[in-house]
Amino acid sequence: MSLKKISKNQPDNFEFDSENLEEAEKIITNYPKGKQKSAVMALLYIAQKQNNNWIPLSAMKYIAKMLDMPYIKVYEVATFYSMYNLTPVGDYFFQVCTTTPCMIRGAYKLVDVCKKRISENESEISKNGKSSWMEVECLGACVNSPMVQINDDYFEDLDEEKFSKIIDEIDKNQKPKPGSYRGRLSSEPENIRKTLLSNKNA
Amino acid sequence: MLKDEDRIFQNLYNDFGAELDSAKKRGDWLETKEIFNKGRSWIIEEIKTSQLRGRGGAGFPTGLKWSFAPKEVGSKPHYLVINADESEPGTCKDRDILRFEPHKLIEGCLIASYAVNAHTCYIYIRGEYFKEGQKLQKAIDEAYSNGLIGKNASSTGWDFDIFIHYGAGAYICGEETALLESLEGNKGQPRLKPPFPALIGLYGCPTIINNVETIAVVPTILRRGGKWFSSLGREKNTGTKIFCISGNVNNPCNVEEEMGVPLKDLIEKHAGGVVGGWDNLKAVIPGGSSMPLLPKEVCDTIKMDFDACVENKTGLGTAGIVVINKDQDIIKCMARIARFYKHESCGQCTPCREGSGWMWRMLERMAKGEATRDEVDMLMDVTKQIEGHTICAFGEGSSWPVQGLIRNFKDEILERNKYDPLIQRKKEVPYLVDQHLLEKENA
Repeated sequence: MSLKKISKNQPDNFEFDSENLEEAEKIITNYPKGKQKSAVMALLYIAQKQNNNWIPLSAMKYIAKMLDMPYIKVYEVATFYSMYNLTPVGDYFFQVCTTTPCMIRGAYKLVDVCKKRISENESEISKNGKSSWMEVECLGACVNSPMVQINDDYFEDLDEEKFSKIIDEIDKNQKPKPGSYRGRLSSEPENIRKTLLSNKNA
Repeated sequence: MLKDEDRIFQNLYNDFGAELDSAKKRGDWLETKEIFNKGRSWIIEEIKTSQLRGRGGAGFPTGLKWSFAPKEVGSKPHYLVINADESEPGTCKDRDILRFEPHKLIEGCLIASYAVNAHTCYIYIRGEYFKEGQKLQKAIDEAYSNGLIGKNASSTGWDFDIFIHYGAGAYICGEETALLESLEGNKGQPRLKPPFPALIGLYGCPTIINNVETIAVVPTILRRGGKWFSSLGREKNTGTKIFCISGNVNNPCNVEEEMGVPLKDLIEKHAGGVVGGWDNLKAVIPGGSSMPLLPKEVCDTIKMDFDACVENKTGLGTAGIVVINKDQDIIKCMARIARFYKHESCGQCTPCREGSGWMWRMLERMAKGEATRDEVDMLMDVTKQIEGHTICAFGEGSSWPVQGLIRNFKDEILERNKYDPLIQRKKEVPYLVDQHLLEKENA
């Protein structure tokens, strides 16, 4: 159960643009007739994507109307799940996994880099207005730890130096490459692979 | 070591690419219709013969679970739901199946849906796996456009649809009834059982919920035979399993191995050994963070399967192995896990909502050496108050790791926390009162 702050600055109105409206209507058809409420999570994602990676209250009202459900039920969902941002975040939203498997491989060193390079405190927009960061719980890439999620992408097998370089690239408006930063292609054991050898480079 | 030809996930490391063409070359979608022709009861019997147990953590026999679905479809449709909400710290196996072996999963969904009489399948993927979800969606689209799923799927006469549903960062949604709540558009809080989902599940309809890995191995089992699968491992602990080895090892990795493989082999052979050598090993969490840790003495000999883990007072869980060496502070590691559970408690049951926070705060103090001697027993008492007193297994999941720590490293905690009890006069106050809060009136 995560504690959520609701932004004080709220836009008065929210509506899906035509492209997103089409997408939302398509998602609603994934569920049986009369069970359109199931689409609430997906629609909140669409709203978040459209509104610069955070969800205003007006969007929740809009979605409630669209799915014919009480506003408070949408609010309940939006506040329950940690991935819905209810207050503005940076265009580059860094989520540093610090749960034990990442922690014992140095995740808190990455947190220090965030504090130094992005902002002193969590969920605070950086001075250049581009980024914000927060600590999150296990992101499910434990064998590629420590790792950071930036928007939708995973950046794996990091250390302070490599992570710092990623921030450099973002500051220079370049697109850092997602994936492993030790040259691994997946979750294979680096250099000492003993299985599926005939497949290798097949 | 398991022979390469007995490994089910040939593309675990993405040597070939995940596209339909290459999946077909590896044997996926080969004569799926033949399997259908053998009939529903043959499929379930074959899975029972294989003794496949659920790979999501609880290890429930899959064939048995499928047989719980009503034999005939009544007024309500049946559903198949795939649990891809992989969030257990230390576990990252389903991620590789979603991105590298999606067709094994999709074909497994088709067969399982036929076995349980479902025409619709929802795959619930954790929201953070957005890219993995995209890859799976691409594979689903490929399967649709090739007639493998959809109307008259694979020319079997069976209509079958798959939809992806993204979660949004709640660990608890990996619990099957919380997952159903989430799918229905509610906050993910577990339901009371019974009724079990097999009879009253999604939208009140019969629903079978399986883990990604469980379903993805089904097509291979049916092709090679349940007997082949059960010949690997030992009775009731059969087949192969993807192990995720993370933490203080030289080469962290995922690897598919035979059930019952010695833990030491996994760490030494596949993961390049413990950082600092085997003697530098402190403890191992064998099955994701919910499972009690194992001290080094046990790690020397234990074989990794469901029953051997239970014999050693832990569990195989998801087979997410977290190796912790002597350079780490074991109390701090467990305090961080307790913080995870505090963050992820859904807040529905009081023992878990409050207790998870207590365990975290007490462990943080113990890590700093600020606790008193008697608090170790108090902490054990708190874990016992949580365990078994909650709606879902989260209560056990959050208290077991703490119990494991106290069971195995009590001396170390006591060595660091030597203070006398704060309030000696208040002995009659039960443990479940936060005694340090009473300090003022006692001063």
